[in-house]
Amino acid sequence: MHSLLARGNAVLAYTLSVLVTLTFACFLSTIMVDYRTATEMKTLKIEVKNLPEYGVSKKLNDLGHITFNLDTDILFFITINLFNWNVKQLFVYMTAEYETPTNELNQIILWDKIILRGENSNLHLKNMRTKYYFWDDGNGLRGNKNVTLTLSYNIIPNVGRLPIIGAIGSHTFSFPSQYTR
Amino acid sequence: MFDGFLDDLKRMNKRQFLYQVLSFGMIVSSALMIWKGLMVFTGSESPIVVVLSGSMEPAFHRGDLLFLTNYEEEPVRVGEIVVFKIEGRDIPIVHRVLKIHEKNNGTIKFLTKGDNNSVDDRGLYAPGQQWLEKTDMVGRARGFLPYVGMVTILMNEYPKVKFAVLACLGLYVLVHRE
Repeated sequence: MHSLLARGNAVLAYTLSVLVTLTFACFLSTIMVDYRTATEMKTLKIEVKNLPEYGVSKKLNDLGHITFNLDTDILFFITINLFNWNVKQLFVYMTAEYETPTNELNQIILWDKIILRGENSNLHLKNMRTKYYFWDDGNGLRGNKNVTLTLSYNIIPNVGRLPIIGAIGSHTFSFPSQYTR
Repeated sequence: MFDGFLDDLKRMNKRQFLYQVLSFGMIVSSALMIWKGLMVFTGSESPIVVVLSGSMEPAFHRGDLLFLTNYEEEPVRVGEIVVFKIEGRDIPIVHRVLKIHEKNNGTIKFLTKGDNNSVDDRGLYAPGQQWLEKTDMVGRARGFLPYVGMVTILMNEYPKVKFAVLACLGLYVLVHRE
């Protein structure tokens, strides 16, 4: 009854059930948290070129160039105001969304940033270049009047759901009607 | 200890032994039912996956578990973490959607990238393939549980561990009496 095996088994089983309960409590405690926050964006320089995207196709595609400002206090808001133990990492990304004659919806991530817990995340970025190329699938950028920039973030928890939250606030700009040479 | 098991086995009569075999069968079949039930419930052919590579670090590490759904009516959007299969590769890949282009007739093509990789996934796709489509998708990540998948990684990398565990479990179920 009191053999080493029986004791070891009891200790292991108890440890495991405590861990499972704690993990589940961690998940439950943050299931209802509202993570929304506000952001401010501005575009500075906007250009559009017409080039082939090498390695993808030989056709000429529109390539946008923008620089932007971004202001936000996301993780500050989440960790200080809500004091949340179930946020391991944020994946913050800026999306350009627009419509072209051939595609009714285009979404391109132009910039992203991984923010780990405890890192400074008061983002006040000035005159930033995009991290990824703004290639359109065709020639739909020149003269496009309605390109919307939005900021979203994917919360990676210690355990639980993986919500994607759109920050409040967006910025709309238009591309020039002439290609830059 | 092993002698004890053998003694137990000898003392059992035929009916008791059959009963143990049947209850073992019950355990196996109910596990299968739960898995198949999850497949129906989530719409994904593989509702739970283990992360096998470090390409999504620091979000997901090797051995973390992801819970997937794959509902037909849910659209694919950028920023989502999707699991997809590439022709000629056995192992599904977990990466984030970087770009989407949705045509007027509803067909959608998308490009993915791992958070920890410096370039997009075009080099990982089948030769000549530039985009993923909805049919390539196994599911999108909805829930996260760390470390638990390490058990299956251990079992797959050291088959001896797998057989040892299976043998112990089988013996226990067959011999154990209420």
